[in-house]
Amino acid sequence: MDQLITYVFYAFASLTVLSALAVLMLRNILYAAVGLMGTFLGVAGLYVFAGADFLAVTQIVVYVGGILILMIFGVMLSRKSSKDANHVLSSTARRAMSVVVSVGLFCVLFLAISQSTFTAIQPNGEHQTSTKIDTLGKLLMTDYVLPFELAAIVLLVALIGAIYVAGKKDNSKAP
Amino acid sequence: MIPFEHYLYISAALFCIGLAVIISKRDVIFVLMGIELILNAGNLNLIAFSKYDPVLIQGQAMALFVIVIAACEAAVALALVLKAVNHFNSSNLDDIDKLQG
Repeated sequence: MDQLITYVFYAFASLTVLSALAVLMLRNILYAAVGLMGTFLGVAGLYVFAGADFLAVTQIVVYVGGILILMIFGVMLSRKSSKDANHVLSSTARRAMSVVVSVGLFCVLFLAISQSTFTAIQPNGEHQTSTKIDTLGKLLMTDYVLPFELAAIVLLVALIGAIYVAGKKDNSKAP
Repeated sequence: MIPFEHYLYISAALFCIGLAVIISKRDVIFVLMGIELILNAGNLNLIAFSKYDPVLIQGQAMALFVIVIAACEAAVALALVLKAVNHFNSSNLDDIDKLQG
């Protein structure tokens, strides 16, 4: 049973990383959106393994159901012709630079993680169960009530602003 | 029992792939996708650390607010992208180089 859980964890991990690599490699933007969906679903699976069930559901609802659909709408509304469909990549120098920078950063992070010891947070044999949802709800309504309300206001302002910016037709008359 | 460091390795890989997407693509929507990948990498780190903080789940609360801010960012950024693409007739970031138009 424990081994099965490990296999499922690494399946989700490889789904996450391989779909992210597909976003990097693919040139068609809609295929890349499908790869991004795979990444979001894989990350949601990893949240379940980290004990955050509510965050996994939120990840699926907000990212896959909201942000990804918004991006696909953006793709469909912003592509007038197919002439620039094949010109998504930068110049060769910048592509080489991106590979060098990201591989170098990954090596630095890998070394840093593998050489550090996380003694303060190791669970000492006790297997941690997942967080109950009422714990998170009580925290949001007590300790985090001010950030919670502020997040609501920020979301409202951002959505009204997005509607105002995208819906205004006569941008030529603006000063 | 999954080793704790493996979450951090996956998160580091996701962050670096997002960075490579941002640098190597010149389409606006691809760059936004790279930003989403980086935000997911940060969230994965927060939630992995929050696993060992079961009473005060500070990492999960932080990750929840990160998701809210990411939703705001995507909405506003896509509205601006639509406007910029209509104005410049191109979704190539190298063409969008004037502030006043």
